[in-house]
Amino acid sequence: MSLITTLARLEAVRTGRARPAATVRHRHLSDRPLVFVPLTTAGEAGAPLGALVGTDRDAPRLLVVPQPRDRDLRFAFLAELADIVLPHLESCADVVERAERAETDPGTGKRVTVEVDLCADAAQLIVPSRAGIDFVRLLGRSMRFRRTAEQDPEAPYPAPPRVPLLGRWLTHYAERARVPGSSLLLAMTDLLGRHWATGQSTLEDQHLGALLAWIDPPEGMSGAEAAERAELARDPAGQLLCPPAGPATDPAFDNRLLAPAIERYDRARAALAAAEDGLEADERLGAVTAAEREIRALVESRTRPTWDAVWRGLDLLRTLPPGARVEERWTRDRWSFTGHRDRVLAGEPPQPRRDDAVTAANKLAAREREQARLEAQEALDDPLVMAGRRLAGEAFAGEVVDVVMAYSEGKRPSPRPLVTVRTDDRPHLGERAKVYRSLDGRPQTAEFVGYDEQAEGGVGVVLRIVDKMGRGKEPAAGSVPEKGDRVCFTLFEHEQRGGAKLPDPERTPWTHGGPPGEPAAPEAADPVTEEDLL
Amino acid sequence: MTTAEAAAGPRADLAPGAVAAPEAVADPGAQAARATEAILRDTLHGAERGVVVDSPPGAGKSTLVVRAALELAEAGRPLMVVAQTNAQVDDLVLRLAEKNPELPLGRLHSSDTDAYDKALDGLPQVRTSAKAADLAGLPVVLSTAAKWAHVKTDEPWRHAIVDEAYQMRSDALLAVAGLFERALFVGDPGQLDPFSIVGGEQWAGLSYDPSASAVTTLLAHNPGLPQHRLPVSWRLPASAAPLVSDAFYPYTPFRSGTGDGDRRLAFAVPSDGSGPDRVIDEAAASGWGLLELPRRHTPRTDPEAVRAVAAVVRRLLDRDGAALSERSDRPAPLTAGRVAVGTAHRDQAAAVRAALAKLGVSGVTVDTANRLQGREYDVTVVLHPLSGRPDATAFHLETGRLCVLASRHRHACIVVCRAGVGELLDDYPSTEPVQLGTAVKFPDGWEANHAVLAHLARHRVSWRP
Amino acid sequence: MTAPAPAKSRAWAALAELRGPGVPAKALDARALAALAANPGCRRRAILDGAGVDKAALAGALGSPPAFGQSQFAFMRGNAFEARVKADGGAELLRLVRETLDPGAEPPARAEVPDLSATGPQGRVARTALALREAAGTGGWTLLDHPMLALDVAGSPAFLEPDAVVVHPDGGWTVVEIKSFPVLDGSADPAKVGAAARQTAVYVLALEEVAARLAGQGTAPRVHHRVLLVCPKDFSNLPTASAVDVRRQRAVTARQLSRLTRVEEIARTLPEGTCFSPELPAEELTAAVDSVPASYAPECLSTCDLAFHCRARARESGAVAALGRPVRAELGGLSSVEDVLAAARGEAGDPDDPAVAALRRAAALRAEALDAARAARPPVPPAGPEGDPCH
Repeated sequence: MSLITTLARLEAVRTGRARPAATVRHRHLSDRPLVFVPLTTAGEAGAPLGALVGTDRDAPRLLVVPQPRDRDLRFAFLAELADIVLPHLESCADVVERAERAETDPGTGKRVTVEVDLCADAAQLIVPSRAGIDFVRLLGRSMRFRRTAEQDPEAPYPAPPRVPLLGRWLTHYAERARVPGSSLLLAMTDLLGRHWATGQSTLEDQHLGALLAWIDPPEGMSGAEAAERAELARDPAGQLLCPPAGPATDPAFDNRLLAPAIERYDRARAALAAAEDGLEADERLGAVTAAEREIRALVESRTRPTWDAVWRGLDLLRTLPPGARVEERWTRDRWSFTGHRDRVLAGEPPQPRRDDAVTAANKLAAREREQARLEAQEALDDPLVMAGRRLAGEAFAGEVVDVVMAYSEGKRPSPRPLVTVRTDDRPHLGERAKVYRSLDGRPQTAEFVGYDEQAEGGVGVVLRIVDKMGRGKEPAAGSVPEKGDRVCFTLFEHEQRGGAKLPDPERTPWTHGGPPGEPAAPEAADPVTEEDLL
Repeated sequence: MTTAEAAAGPRADLAPGAVAAPEAVADPGAQAARATEAILRDTLHGAERGVVVDSPPGAGKSTLVVRAALELAEAGRPLMVVAQTNAQVDDLVLRLAEKNPELPLGRLHSSDTDAYDKALDGLPQVRTSAKAADLAGLPVVLSTAAKWAHVKTDEPWRHAIVDEAYQMRSDALLAVAGLFERALFVGDPGQLDPFSIVGGEQWAGLSYDPSASAVTTLLAHNPGLPQHRLPVSWRLPASAAPLVSDAFYPYTPFRSGTGDGDRRLAFAVPSDGSGPDRVIDEAAASGWGLLELPRRHTPRTDPEAVRAVAAVVRRLLDRDGAALSERSDRPAPLTAGRVAVGTAHRDQAAAVRAALAKLGVSGVTVDTANRLQGREYDVTVVLHPLSGRPDATAFHLETGRLCVLASRHRHACIVVCRAGVGELLDDYPSTEPVQLGTAVKFPDGWEANHAVLAHLARHRVSWRP
Repeated sequence: MTAPAPAKSRAWAALAELRGPGVPAKALDARALAALAANPGCRRRAILDGAGVDKAALAGALGSPPAFGQSQFAFMRGNAFEARVKADGGAELLRLVRETLDPGAEPPARAEVPDLSATGPQGRVARTALALREAAGTGGWTLLDHPMLALDVAGSPAFLEPDAVVVHPDGGWTVVEIKSFPVLDGSADPAKVGAAARQTAVYVLALEEVAARLAGQGTAPRVHHRVLLVCPKDFSNLPTASAVDVRRQRAVTARQLSRLTRVEEIARTLPEGTCFSPELPAEELTAAVDSVPASYAPECLSTCDLAFHCRARARESGAVAALGRPVRAELGGLSSVEDVLAAARGEAGDPDDPAVAALRRAAALRAEALDAARAARPPVPPAGPEGDPCH
């Protein structure tokens, strides 16, 4: 943790309120995010108990599985979820703009620019916490290999029609969430934790209620008091006032409220099944409905506070202006979204259970590149982040105290002005190190020449500007800093180079288990057993 | 296949001592020569596509690489050499050129400025280029893994040598493995593992986990490849090899090429009784010295510890040291170029450099463990990674970091440290997650640190500056 | 397990006094022993565990009850899964052991499943030891279902009950741990696997004590350091087995157990008459607990019953460690919130101390950045709607 963040946390302790950890918003927020607050059944591998989902903060849709061990009820839940989530995804998938993309021509092997569709917007999914992202991944994994009756008439327990498709989308979202700086699927705790420093540990920040309490405590309470109340306070019946953000539930809720309610539901269903005539069945159906209503009310009571908390978090985040480069990163998310849409349209099989060697290496390389991009862009967008880099010796800011015109040697001398920057920062500058500043949003490179101990008012860093000055003998107007300018140079690059191209998966080398034999058939569904949970 | 099944290999499952222990009676030179012959036989005439050689610190890895390269070239097999850094590539080019001034060499480099050592320009046998096509047909072409990854070829090289293969990531090998038919992989399993700045847990346990080391992946997929080990460290003195071998290579022991008394370090100027002088004398006599400062929590750049390191270096140079070794009949003066300082963090290195400059010392290498990998000095002064810390962390406990710092010296290693590191280790919360299917890496940094600390305690000089 | 050695019995009596008159020692189980490694630097935890104090009851009496609990859904599922794995005389379980750890051995066509029931833990320990000895000579497979093992912990016996121990035809012993978290596409939650590995390492140590005693009688059984972890596969109830190498966890736990002897040293530093009985008034109890230093870190919240109490005390005293272990690393000798902030403001601290100098630079850079951001845009409107997220 940077000392600057540590200081912010300590200030938060002293003032009783979270302190800013960013001065701009570093993640894209959709105008119409889809919020998903799921609950799961304790001890089961992803047997959902229920969820609130939707785009309207005042009218979430409540989905409940009154008996999570019942396969039909789970399928009904997933079908309902698909009916809400897929139309939302498709509303974005259908609106496209034309965009250019560089591709390798398969015939000539040359890089060519092609015009393709790019979705004008992508659907954004927000869950309360990191565990919610894992749950989205788990749901995606559990659904994407399912077979519908239409795909496979022989399939035992065929899935409802759109469930496998939802599984593929959720898998894509969860995988994208692993890319640094991406915003397709976000956890509210991560979003808030990125922008505010609380007076508690990052571990405790995983509790959405406590985190919000620090950022925006209720009247008359300190953040610390409010956070502790959110974590621990219980009503006289022993239930938490602020239920966990899920998907796990509080054991006290399971044992004292949910388990008895599910038992009543089971009994009512058994009675209904045993009904001997229509009249009796009608009556008993009423009892089943009542028991189900009770469970629905319980699930809603545990999800609604979290639902409201997520929206309040969104309100808080919207008070921050977006960082200048956030939109550029969102465009990458739109490409990712469009790419998945195209793969689905092209009839490709669902994502495999495990990545092959080449896919894994490509993903890792992409994530490393995006991590470097994110770190650079956040610093360029936000003086508070840049302050951390300056403290770490990875950037320096100061005033230009001297500019001396100089030229490169050679037949056509180009401008290579020497610029002296007086700074109190202590950059780790090596011999001939390259440094960069942002000039109209593009990086301009300079080379470290040496220190000028005689610079007025402090130590001067002497730099030689080497590019972005135009083609002429004289530098283009505004391309060289002038005496008196405030400038900020970084030791890190602003833009990321693409990595080397890896072999195609079918040309995996012998060192990595290649070459593969027959092209693998699309992966089979999970074998179905009597006690399957999903 | 998972790595646990394959890559754990013999190493992880054999008890210490189950591997044929180096025969203490045999002449180390003969022992090393036998190992080298076997390696070259498998490389030149073996049936397998790959050969793996583990080389403990100072066991003659570079010598082996140069010799194998020359023999492959002589056999008429077009050879590509893959190293991990530009400095390593340049070093190999210079060594090859020195051994065989007739052999044409290609140095493939990036298009950055200063992409390679300008000394290569003075060698007529070396052709340098940023384009692989310009170097086609040369018997040996050398470059970094990163540069090789951009090379496209229709005709793969008959052979490759991959140097520092344990520091190469699996995905980097994936990018270049299509360029060669067979390869010799050489490296030191005890040094720092490659790492990734982003999480790759989702691939942990897969045989081709992209952030694992190249050798792990290679052996997971090709468990039958011959694996050799260079059994003798020519760098580490008899006082250091047993400790380093036991602490860091418990399942693959090695020995020193020299015996007790073969190396001597002496100082003409007598001790002034100060802490630095006493620890220097202890280290000169025993090969190890621990200068222990009073217990205290400090920031990373602990000024007292930094000054102590600088003071030790200053006195090492002031006391007219002379190092006698098997290399020569006459002692060699201990000059600044033969001394290095190792730290865990860059800011610590910077602080030590500043402190040395204040004392008027120049020419002493001061660097982090990462950058000292593969280097060798007569005497090293180490700022202990855990000195002054309020707690231990996985970074500071990383086995490879301490191994690098404790194995750069030919004569003596002096560690500067605040008291209390033993308790720090004992108080370390041990709640590491475990990934199914991954081989447990031995030794554990925590145990290795305990082992080194216990040994250093016998050479302790307490000092209150 | 034999009675505590006489040299230790005096210390043992002293520790009993710490619990309070008539309060029985809370037996440490494998989880509790494994948790010793979670924060081995905490003297408070060491003495309370060493003396067999019920920390949950103590925390309740202090007004900061622990928040742990288990859902009956998880409990039922765990039991159902274990029963399924052990069904048919353990046929499936033994098949998994052979397939995963000992493929060269004969298939477990029939296996001994000795009856281990006996009176009291000591009796069950003896019965288990007997069954292990008898299994040694059979040359076949033996499954010990819920055996009882004892381990000497700072002079008092801890009774441990692994899910199963399997004796191989070659006489080797394997610990089996059955967990109900899933292994999905070959991987499982690493935190949970890690916890299981630490727990089983305790069983391995206890088995090694039994083996050492048997060795004295002629046979020397080998205790495997690779244990078998059995979990549900993917989304099903079918078991899948993984070998887990617990050598590291075993080494750490062995070292921590050997350090528990320092409990007596800690006890000697306590004021005369210190007692942790939950019957005492909260004030007295707080003073007693405060007399042993804790080293609280946020990780304690998931591993220690007393964590909420220690957190409250750490916060009251302004300890920066309450914000997490990494926070301390760059602060050098400064350990309280006020000291750090005063140093950052330039009101205290030695400017030549690099920690103080870095803090001042950090504070100046932070202020500069926030000023720049404020200047760049109008003041932020009051954040969001008022109100409590939970109502």
